This record gives sequence, structure tokens and C-alpha cells, in this order.
Amino acid sequence: MLKLPVYLDHAATTPCDPRVVEAMLPYFTEKFGNPGSRNHQFGWESEEAVETARERCAAIIGAQPKEVVFTSGSTEGNNLAIKGAAEMYALKPEGQEGRGHIITSAIEHKAVLDPCKRLQKRGFDVTYLEPPRDGIVTAEMVKAAMRDDTILVTIMWANNEMGTINEVPQIGALCHERNVVFHTDATQWVGKMPTDVEKDNIDLLTWSSHKIYGPKGVGGLYIRRRKPRIRLVAQQEGGGQERGYRSGTLNVTGIVGFGKACEICANEMDTERERLRALRDHLESSMIKNVEHVHINGRPERRLAHITNMSFGFVEGEGLMMAIKDIAVSSGSACTSASLEPSYVLKGIGVGDDLAHSSLRFSLGRWSTKEQIDFAIEKLTWAVNHLRELSPLWDMHKEGIDISTIEWAHH
Amino acid sequence: MAYSKQLIDHYEKPRNVGTFGTSAQVKERKDVGVGIVGAPECGDVMQLQIKVNPDTGVIEDAKFKTFGCGSAIASSSLATEWLKGKTVEQGHEIRNTEIVEELALPPVKIHCSVLAEDAIKAAIKDYRQKNGLPVEEEAHTH
Repeated sequence: MLKLPVYLDHAATTPCDPRVVEAMLPYFTEKFGNPGSRNHQFGWESEEAVETARERCAAIIGAQPKEVVFTSGSTEGNNLAIKGAAEMYALKPEGQEGRGHIITSAIEHKAVLDPCKRLQKRGFDVTYLEPPRDGIVTAEMVKAAMRDDTILVTIMWANNEMGTINEVPQIGALCHERNVVFHTDATQWVGKMPTDVEKDNIDLLTWSSHKIYGPKGVGGLYIRRRKPRIRLVAQQEGGGQERGYRSGTLNVTGIVGFGKACEICANEMDTERERLRALRDHLESSMIKNVEHVHINGRPERRLAHITNMSFGFVEGEGLMMAIKDIAVSSGSACTSASLEPSYVLKGIGVGDDLAHSSLRFSLGRWSTKEQIDFAIEKLTWAVNHLRELSPLWDMHKEGIDISTIEWAHH
Repeated sequence: MAYSKQLIDHYEKPRNVGTFGTSAQVKERKDVGVGIVGAPECGDVMQLQIKVNPDTGVIEDAKFKTFGCGSAIASSSLATEWLKGKTVEQGHEIRNTEIVEELALPPVKIHCSVLAEDAIKAAIKDYRQKNGLPVEEEAHTH
């Protein structure tokens, strides 16, 4: 029996794996010590647990344990990496202009874009690359934007809305040739795809626990220690934990869970990926077969296996979500926000506003089943057809009117 | 965000969906007024059609089609219900605030009711223009 609602929004967050919860439990009650307490058993066992977790977290990205700093998640990790590197490698002191050039892309998460905007106010120059319709940020694009004063490049590994995969190892190689620090927001990537910070030429990498079946409120920042050694200006000061990069008592339970989640992903991601790819492809091909005017956003063959972003022409995304209320997905349209702006990511790659308003993101996960996907296909097919019956744009399309030629009265 | 029962009812069982003919046909019909407001880029397009008895000035039937979120669909569905049986003048008096109240629209969805009021006015204006009747100028701006 299918349990409703069906959760297909794993790119937003994932449930904790029960094995993760089990690993965490003792650290709430019996083993509650502060790892900073160096003089008693309680502190020692907590510290040991944190260091075991650090090894597991380092292993999944091919790093040394000492290179991993625990954070509260990717927002903090991105802020620390971007602001911390910019301040450390600034060409001129605070208060002056021309402090250095930063390259990022228009399709990054807000947790990257907003720190970059903040740095613009602090005397740094930022270039926002706009990838073409396929959604891929290439090394070629980064190369073309490089300047003599470029100090930092920050490009996400996989995009959260489309699952598209950027040319991260190649961009990293380019940065290393030019002695530019390279950061990647790998929140959607790590735990799903094999990662090796050495081979992939990464200096700073952000990832998060709750996207990989670990608890919320914890994440990791990889900071390269050799060839080259990367340093950051801390953004949070206090007790000097995490080698001074991140003061604050360690979130031991969260870190233990994060470590366990990384260990499980490292063991299972290859089989999980292929299983989810088959389900995702089944969802896409069925929808393309069942209804007309389905567009896959992002270059199909260069995407994470568990994500699909589909636009259903002549149907509005939020209305569609309401029509499939037994399925939890995410809408590219942002009609709920006062701005009425659709996804800046889809707009950033040149998807028209109308199709951006018609997009939904489905992201599958560890417990997604064929039965759930078949249910989604059935509901979605019904909903698209139903809403097209209600759609004046669909009528116009059927009458052969090109909607893009109509002069709409804008509000 | 939880939607009201009335809103969900109109969304799930929309009243008066349809048209009084193709766009070319309704253009020729003097008893039909058509209002199309919004834009695909904004995520909302409402099309409202009224069929008026030329002798009595009563709106005998109304139909809608809407591209938009659940609140937009429900607002236009409700508008057609309210228009039926009213005179053109009475229809012109429908205010978006009444729609907000009836459907308990949350603040972020108020624009859907504004759009519905605009669609009503646009349909009435179209009917009046087709029949050489005086068209009231819009005082309403947003």
C-alpha cells in the first residue's frame, strides 16, 4: 500500500537514515561531553567520536581529516569559504576599492550569491557567469572571465534546481595554473558522486549533512592544507575550536550523524545512483510520452541521476503542484513570493519566463520506489491535462496563436 | 500555508470553465464580452467571457479559463459565479476585496483577486465597446 504523500523533494532535504540516528543517540544522553573538555572521560569520548566522524567525512571527499572543518551547514560553509578567502587574499586593505576579482555564476545558490554581493560592497569586483541554455558552467567560460586581479573562483559542482554538473575539475585545474583559490559548493554533489579533492583540483569545498540522509544543522568545509595551503579569515570568533576557523562548541551529535551519513553514502552511492537514474529516466520518458510540450531543463546527459527539472508548457507550476498535492515536489516558479519572479536559475540560463513559471523539480532519494514514481506519473499526467483544459494559453496554442507574439498587459 | 475550504473547493471543482467559441468566433459575437488579463511571464493569465442578454443587460452566462496558481483559478471561478444573473452595471461593482474575503486569500495571493477584478472590468469594457455603449474609465490602478 502506497503511503501518502510521496516525497520527491530530496534536493531540498532528506530524511535521516535510521542507521544515522542510531549512531547519534548515545551522544545525546550518556556520552554528552564537550570535546573541548580535555581533562576528563566525558570530553575524551566526545572528542574521539568527533575525530572518527572527521575521518569518515574526509574519506568521502578524498581529503585528510585535518582538512575538514565542521560547520552548521552549507550556508555557513559558503560564507566562511567565500568571505574568508576574499579577506585573506585581498589585494588591498579594507576600506579601499579594487581589492580583487571574484568569479562565480548566476545559477549559484543564494548562500553563494549573497556573500558575493556583500563582498562587492566591501571593495571586491564580482563576475557572474551566465551559462547557456544547457545550464553548464564550463572551464572555457571561467577562463574568458579571468583577470590579472582574480583572487577567487566559486562555482557550484551540481546545480540544485536542475542537477546539471559543471566542469569543476577543469575549472580547478585552470585556477591552480593561475594561483587562484578555487571553491566549490558541492552540497548537491557529495554523497551522490565520487569526489576526490586532489584529482578534482579543489581548494575549498562545502557540503551538508541533511542532503545526504544525515541530520540538519551540520556540514563540512574542506580547506586544503598543502599544495597550496589555503588560509581563511575566520568569520566567527570565540573559543578557537576547529583550528580557529569556526569557534563554538562542536555539535557532537550532529557531527556523529554527519560522519555516519558520509560513511553510508561512500559505501552505497554507486548502486543507489544507478537505481535512482532508472527511476528518474522512467519518470521523464513516461511524461514525455504521456503529454506534449514537456521540456527537460539542463543538459540531460550531464546531470545528477536523481534530479529532474521539467517544464510543462501552458501550465503554471504552482497550480500544478496544488493539483498533485499528494506528491511533495518543488516549484521553479516563485508565485508565493511577493516578487512574482520565476526561478532565477532557469532565467539565468535563458529559459523564457513562461516556461520558467511552468517548471517543477522532482528529486528522488534512498527510499523512492517504482510504485511511487508510477503514482507520480499517473497524477502528473492527469494534472497537466486537467490544467490545460483550464488554460487559455493552451487554447491559443491549439488555435495556432503564437503566445510570444501577443502584447500582454504587464502588471 | 493552508488554503481555505472555499478556495480548495473552487480549485478542485472549478465552475464555468470554458469559452463561448474560438477567439475568432467570440470576437464577432456582440453579446459576448471577453477580458484577458495578466501575462505568461508573470505566471498568471485570466480569460473571462460574459454572455449578456442585450434586452435586459443581464449577464446570462460567464466562462473562464486561467493559467495560474490555485488562487488565480479559484478567484476566476468565483468571479464567474458572481457574475451570472447580475446586470453589467452590478458586475462592474464587484471588488477584489470581496473575493479576498470569500476565498480567505493569503496576503501573497491578493494579486490573484486584483487580476479577477481586472478581468471582469475588461470583459465588460469589451462588451460595451462592441455595442457602442459608453465605457467608464478605469479609476483603479495598481
